[in-house]
Amino acid sequence: MAAPAIETSGLDVGYPGRHSPVTVISGLELTVEAGTFLSILGPSGCGKSTFLRVVADLLAPLAGTIRVMGETPSAVRSGRGVGFVFQESTLLPWRTARENVRLPIQVGRRSLSRMIDDRADELLELVGLSALSERLPHQLSGGQRQRLAIARALLGEPRLLLMDEPFGALDEITRDRLNDELLNLWRRTGTTVLFVTHSIAEAVYLGQRVIVLAAHPGRIVADHDLRPLKGPDNRCSREDPAIVAAMARMRSALGAAS
Amino acid sequence: MNRGALSPFAQTVLPILGAGSLILAWQFLLPLAGVPAYIVPTPTAIAGVFARNGSLLLSNLWPTAIEALSGFVLGNLAAVLLAIVFVHSRTLQAAYFPVVLFFNTIPVLALAPVVILIFGLGMLPKIVIAAVICFFPTLINMIRGLESASPSEHELFRVLSATRWEIFWRLRLPRALPMLFASLRIASATAVIGAIVGEWIGSDKGLGSLIIQATFNYQSDRLYAAIVLSSLLSIGFFMTVVAAERWSVRYR
Repeated sequence: MAAPAIETSGLDVGYPGRHSPVTVISGLELTVEAGTFLSILGPSGCGKSTFLRVVADLLAPLAGTIRVMGETPSAVRSGRGVGFVFQESTLLPWRTARENVRLPIQVGRRSLSRMIDDRADELLELVGLSALSERLPHQLSGGQRQRLAIARALLGEPRLLLMDEPFGALDEITRDRLNDELLNLWRRTGTTVLFVTHSIAEAVYLGQRVIVLAAHPGRIVADHDLRPLKGPDNRCSREDPAIVAAMARMRSALGAAS
Repeated sequence: MNRGALSPFAQTVLPILGAGSLILAWQFLLPLAGVPAYIVPTPTAIAGVFARNGSLLLSNLWPTAIEALSGFVLGNLAAVLLAIVFVHSRTLQAAYFPVVLFFNTIPVLALAPVVILIFGLGMLPKIVIAAVICFFPTLINMIRGLESASPSEHELFRVLSATRWEIFWRLRLPRALPMLFASLRIASATAVIGAIVGEWIGSDKGLGSLIIQATFNYQSDRLYAAIVLSSLLSIGFFMTVVAAERWSVRYR
């Protein structure tokens, strides 16, 4: 049995404040099996993005322990084990689409970068942007830019993909389409995905498992396993009564907590 | 006033017509209004100086051009290097940035005699003055430019375990280029001003000294020709900077 993708114990998450640290989530106990598509749902201020930053080793935990695939977050980051997709696409405007996807093999320790194959063209194909590979980011639509950011995050074949409200700024039609594309990518790659969102519908549609966080203090108020509803390949219809009922349960969990 | 968009043809022709009308008014209306030629010579008289004394003007253009260009390169290079040091060391920035701020409050005109005292009467003091005048705006803009990458851009590079060097070359520097060029465009004009001011205080060649000599000798047409040439020199520098910017900042 492989090590869990995430294992935390008594984890305090927050920011090093000006005088004393500001704790956002305290005493987090969470175990995520490898290969899971986990949705993290919660209102703004509940610490869901902060937690993602601790997993990515962008922020040190304030207390407690966290293991990512059996290792420390910093070991996983420096071994290129994680891909991160931000809310803004964070593409470098002076680079073409293709050169943006290739960024991960151009920075970082040389030995590490050499280990990664240049799969840029393959990934551009996978996200449907082959024809636009020489465009600059400002010549692409919001959805295309976010697809590009996902392709870039997948370039190093990360074992863990962290997504911080990646489709939050997109219109609903584009968001629905990208949700389906993301699920297809997940099925093909088999990576663990931690997907942060404040949309109940998105969390339920994407996740095999949904954890619901509440704010002040940040804590887990509900933890739903949706695999019985969705089957092993994590497919569902947005209109399925069982799915609609799951959304209603999460809405009431959020309501009861606030 | 009509507020609609102008056709491309009108956009090209109207500025030419505007400038042309003013030059015509200068040529014909100013003498009619009784303005004497020793105060404002006509455009044709100034053009006459270019025809008659072309080699004199040219021999005075070169020193000024060399001083301005050298000062431009040195001043901006120093500013860029110091900005790079400052954004990488909070300690050095905290210690020395206030000193730099203080020096910036000294008027360059007040500083110029001191520079001449130190460096003598050759080209070097003019280069130093031109460099000093370029230095400060570029330092400020370059610091802001190097700090202008967004927090998520920095997080992206950190997730990729990029080194400081890579963050500098692949993120900070490209991000800073638009702001660097904004100050280089300004510096292209101020470098020429610095060189000319330096020549006023002590020189026997260059456009600055030509301006002083022409003024004392009541050679107004020559004075105006020197002014026109100074302006053309600035325009030349400015166009070069704009071309370099177009080449290196291709997005947007």
